[in-house]
Amino acid sequence: MNRDHVRILLPVMSLVILLGAVFYMQPRAMSYFGLNLLFNLAVPVALATIAQMMILMVNDIDLSIGAFVSFCACVTATFVQSDPVVGYAILLAAILLYAAMGAVIHARGLPAIVVTLGMSFFWAGMAILILPSPGGAAPGWLRVMMTAKTPFLPVAIIAPIIIALTMHYFVKRSALGVLLRGVGGNEQAMERSGWSVMVLKAIAYGIAGLFCVLAGMALVGLTTSADANIALRYTLLSIAGVILGGGEFTGGRVSPIGAVIGALTLTLAASFLSFLHLSPDWQIGAQGAILILVLAVRLVFTRREALV
Amino acid sequence: MGVNRKLIGTGEVPIITLTDIGVSFGTVKALTGIELKIMPGECVGVVGHNGAGKSTLVNVINGRLSPTGGDVSYNGEVSKADFRNAQRARNAGIRSVFQELSLCPNLTVLENLRIPYRKMPLRNWRGKAALAVRKSLDAIFPGNRIDPYRVVDDLPIAERQMVEIAIAFSRRDMDARLVILDEPTSSLDGAIADQLLGYIRRFCAEGGSIIFVSHMLGEIFDVATRIVVMKDGRIIANDDARNFTRASLVTAMGQVVPDAAEVTEAKKKQVFGAEVIRMENGLNARKGEIVGLAGLAGHGQAEALARCFLEQSPDWRASRAPAVVFVAGDRSRDGVMPLWSIMRNLTLQTLVEFSRNFLVDRKAEGRLAKEWHRKIGIKTDNLENPILSLSGGNQQKVLFARALASSAPIVVMDDPMRGVDVGTKKEVYRMIRDEAEKGRTFLWYSTETDEILECDRVFVFRDGKISAELNGDEITEENMLRASFEMQETSQ
Repeated sequence: MNRDHVRILLPVMSLVILLGAVFYMQPRAMSYFGLNLLFNLAVPVALATIAQMMILMVNDIDLSIGAFVSFCACVTATFVQSDPVVGYAILLAAILLYAAMGAVIHARGLPAIVVTLGMSFFWAGMAILILPSPGGAAPGWLRVMMTAKTPFLPVAIIAPIIIALTMHYFVKRSALGVLLRGVGGNEQAMERSGWSVMVLKAIAYGIAGLFCVLAGMALVGLTTSADANIALRYTLLSIAGVILGGGEFTGGRVSPIGAVIGALTLTLAASFLSFLHLSPDWQIGAQGAILILVLAVRLVFTRREALV
Repeated sequence: MGVNRKLIGTGEVPIITLTDIGVSFGTVKALTGIELKIMPGECVGVVGHNGAGKSTLVNVINGRLSPTGGDVSYNGEVSKADFRNAQRARNAGIRSVFQELSLCPNLTVLENLRIPYRKMPLRNWRGKAALAVRKSLDAIFPGNRIDPYRVVDDLPIAERQMVEIAIAFSRRDMDARLVILDEPTSSLDGAIADQLLGYIRRFCAEGGSIIFVSHMLGEIFDVATRIVVMKDGRIIANDDARNFTRASLVTAMGQVVPDAAEVTEAKKKQVFGAEVIRMENGLNARKGEIVGLAGLAGHGQAEALARCFLEQSPDWRASRAPAVVFVAGDRSRDGVMPLWSIMRNLTLQTLVEFSRNFLVDRKAEGRLAKEWHRKIGIKTDNLENPILSLSGGNQQKVLFARALASSAPIVVMDDPMRGVDVGTKKEVYRMIRDEAEKGRTFLWYSTETDEILECDRVFVFRDGKISAELNGDEITEENMLRASFEMQETSQ
């Protein structure tokens, strides 16, 4: 068992404990329908978390994810639904813009935190231009996909598993994934070996953009309409999800499976607090408290590891 | 392994030929008139003191640095030096192991092979990479127990260095023909280092070449067939290893190239006051003395200075009568406040010392700045100008003034003359001398020999410990070199 396995243990345990607590308080959640309700909003969060993970993997951070997912949701609820060709073209252009942003951040040595914060206002503005008031409609196929009645396990469980496994194979096993993690681990070594860090960063940002688009579409599929502020919380949720899942802010140490579990845990924490009949005023604070608790436990673990 | 090697013939064609190579960074000349040819089967040892140009030479050979003059040719092909040299060097089978570890700590051992191996076959690459690393590790360090599936960060530092060396020698689409090893044994223990030296000999016997940069003269004599001695960016000796002895090598390294700064004026022998510092490692200094910390860069001098400074400074609040002040060498990291004016930068140290109230005494600040402006000759007509409007040398003068304006009896200097021109240096030496005569004590870490020669007493550092204390006439370049290099030979 290496360090990666230890790393994944904690997010798994926190999810299991939280799930156990929810089932204890509300045994009826232990059903096909219950699980779907508990987790279906976790699908877009998981996708956004993977996007954030791609950025953290190359030692940057993205503060525009929330605004960008909202923008994608607005495009999906309007253009993709009414005018598919234009809609998909806009989304594709947005992904390319994301990749270009990564290249520029590297080429000009800009701090990602500043650039993405600036971009978040750009995306928010675009979203309002496209959809000034809440509304729009989900494309039919999307609605069908997100609400499909799959046998045995609901979509809300199957989708995160697929996301986690695909990304695990891409990030942890593929040759390109190794190069991308190498950028986070030792950028200088990559340059010395003749790789273009700029291209690799553009790829990482492009993939992040793709996952944001998927997150926006999944969100519209669930809510059937969009709003320019629909996903603003995702910026912080995605960062918290990656960190909760055993990732780190620097050094290319990330875990896709952990990140997805982190996203599920965060969503579940919100439901758990509702089951506790905690007033919504306190919920955000309580969610933060859960996060601090888990991270404190992890700190204890890593300290002990360092001593061994 | 043989295939690629046979292609290059029987050692007639040099792997790399450097003709009249010059490299300059701005006005600083890092390399001048380098002529070097490396034939297959050779192991070339490169020695030289700090800043002799060894790393620059290595970077020219592996193509990461384009020379500003002269020609580099790989495998006897004529080629103009340009930005594609790195690729040419790779195609010629030139690989490097750098001094600082250049693995990705977050990846596993086998994944680290993927990074330099650009055209790795993609099918089942993990298995193949694991096998290649395993093979290379076993060939160089028989009996090692490094698991290729482990994350590099989890390995102890010696194993990390072994992995790095193994990766450099590993089999790829293009075999290694010239491997540059820069201080490869710095974190290996004796037995493992011997395994490496043995492998180097076998590698050269099969027709591979090695460039071996090391401060360990014993190892150089062990493996090198040819030794290149560098000094001040020139190759001053390049001969068969058999024609050198340890003593002649040290002498060669210390040979002063004429035109170096004039010889120091005769040192005034003076009586020093009481001892003001004594540290655990034996470093001590008396009142009015200039104590030099010498030795190869990064052997614990900066740490000793930092400890000396921190031990005597209060943790929480600035004292009105500080015991020690610090002059930074790395200006941008721990000296200059880049957005502030010259005056603000100059008076930063003494704000607390000279204000009697909670608020800054602006008038006293202005007076102080003016006084030092005159005394130290900072080249500006307005002290309100931003500090970055000054040249590097003048910025350094401001930092000196900042420290000297304080009443602290001890001044700690961390290689403060980096990138300062000769004129300024002379002025500062004189000022330090004057201040020392007034009873101040200086602790001076420097990587430049002529600065150390200015000192009254010198401690030579090696591996974080003091390896020699030199007094008065014993302070010569030769003695310093001997002390920087000797300990490791006795320990082997």
